[in-house]
Amino acid sequence: MKVKQVAVFLENKSGRLAEISHCLAAANINIRALSLADTADFGILRIVADDTDKAQRVLKEQGFTVGITELVAVAAEDKPGGLDKILQVVSKTGLNVEYMYAFTQVSGKTGMMLFRFEKPDAAVTALQAAGIKVLSGEEVHAL
Amino acid sequence: MIWNEKQETMPREELEVVQLRRLQAQVERIYATVPYYRQKMNDAGVSPGDIKTLADIRRLPFTTKEDLRKNYPFGLFTVPLERVVRIHASSGTTGQPTVVGYTKRDISMWAEMMARSLSAAGVTKSDIVHNAYGYGLFTGGLGAHYGAEEIGCAVIPISGGNSKRQIQIMKDFGSTVLLSTPSYALNLADTMAEMGVKPSDLKLRVGVFGAEPWSEQMRQEIEKRLQIKAIDIYGLSEVLGPGVAIECVEEQHGLHIMEDHFLAEIVDRDTFEPLPVGEKGELVFTTLTKEAFPVIRYRTKDISHLIRDVCTCGRSFYRMPKVTGRTDDMLIIRGVNVFPSQIEEVLMKCEGVEPHYQIVVEREGSLDSIEVQVEVSEEVFSDEVKVLEGLGKKIQNDIKDLLGISAKIKLVEPKSIQRSEGKAKRVIDNRKL
Repeated sequence: MKVKQVAVFLENKSGRLAEISHCLAAANINIRALSLADTADFGILRIVADDTDKAQRVLKEQGFTVGITELVAVAAEDKPGGLDKILQVVSKTGLNVEYMYAFTQVSGKTGMMLFRFEKPDAAVTALQAAGIKVLSGEEVHAL
Repeated sequence: MIWNEKQETMPREELEVVQLRRLQAQVERIYATVPYYRQKMNDAGVSPGDIKTLADIRRLPFTTKEDLRKNYPFGLFTVPLERVVRIHASSGTTGQPTVVGYTKRDISMWAEMMARSLSAAGVTKSDIVHNAYGYGLFTGGLGAHYGAEEIGCAVIPISGGNSKRQIQIMKDFGSTVLLSTPSYALNLADTMAEMGVKPSDLKLRVGVFGAEPWSEQMRQEIEKRLQIKAIDIYGLSEVLGPGVAIECVEEQHGLHIMEDHFLAEIVDRDTFEPLPVGEKGELVFTTLTKEAFPVIRYRTKDISHLIRDVCTCGRSFYRMPKVTGRTDDMLIIRGVNVFPSQIEEVLMKCEGVEPHYQIVVEREGSLDSIEVQVEVSEEVFSDEVKVLEGLGKKIQNDIKDLLGISAKIKLVEPKSIQRSEGKAKRVIDNRKL
């Protein structure tokens, strides 16, 4: 049920992000979603790509430190309260969220939340039990 | 002023007679009392009777920090502990610290060396001495303290830290002499500026600074910002502590070595062959009068040379220019000795951390700062910020535990630290000493 994310370590130096995007473009990899966590000294770029293995391989070949993490993707209605409905469930069941990011697929119709849960399996079970649609990895990577 | 005119201005021929007599007695005593030294001398095929001239000193084996470590803690003491009245130890070295001991006579000799040193800097008994060297195992605080008391100064044993209070006390007590590391003197100048205290609000007129390398440029800055004369003092705990050599206020050019108590040699940094006076190499000291912890040809790893010319101050002792380099990779950060291998040891204990690292030393304002750059391997990488920050924090804490200094940890991309062929360049020292 889970989505694979490629995380890349980045020093805070100009031009590093462009090198990653260029590397992915050259390998014909499409980015589904991305988020960048930044601190004073370094950043972590998180990417959901159409081809995780290939993305991992080409980035590694370029000398980047890469890690694969599993995320839980949840479909949300793209309207006020759509996110709240999901987060209420997360909160009530005491699931610990490390971080999350979101994007809309078609404006006004569906949004997608990507969660990095401390315990992804327990999260999937709890969300599904509450009637929230959890997207499969195939669905997300093939979007 | 010259504290001990007879000794400090002694003509060279006379001095050499004194040196030889003392050297012979010292070597004899060490040979008779310390099995480790006796063994080393036997291995080198030399016995005390072979020391017939000063030049014969080169027949004696060197002593290194390694010898001191092997004999931790008291193995090289030449007197029973009942006769030892003080023990000091060096800070921040791998494994065992080096431990040194002093008899009552050693302490009074040391007090005289410091009294001579402070007198050379122009300190007299009417001075109020603000001693900001650290008191404790470090030789700086107590060493300087006894010398200032010997002269008859009013000594304020303030030790290090709490700069605002230090300035308040200097102001209220009318301190005229400052004893500290040069970087701490600049730190005090910064704090004064913050507090709105001007040099003219204080009575400081001279400072005696040592325990870490400092440049001519730093001297000018201290002199300008504190409106004082800044005098360089040299010493190391293995030989004595502060007071082995001192600049005179007249010339401020080279440090007079207390040659009646310490025999200085300069040896080639690679072959260890003695070099003629004037040539640059590693400084080697032999103590001539110490009782509890004498050393024979101790290799300091400090680079300097000897100046033979008679000084206008009247002292006949040879001078050594400011020490600015070392033969090993030891760094002195805020008075603490740091070897890159110690940082490496900390990193190697952190699971998954690559053995590629670099140490960058800067002098920001007046204080040294150290940054350790560590490559992030896949093994330690995480998509979570808190995990990576936790790694940095852990390394920082481990370094603090081992060395007592706060290092900034910078996580860098793999392969971003330059790989050099052969010996890796571990240290970038931007302090321009």
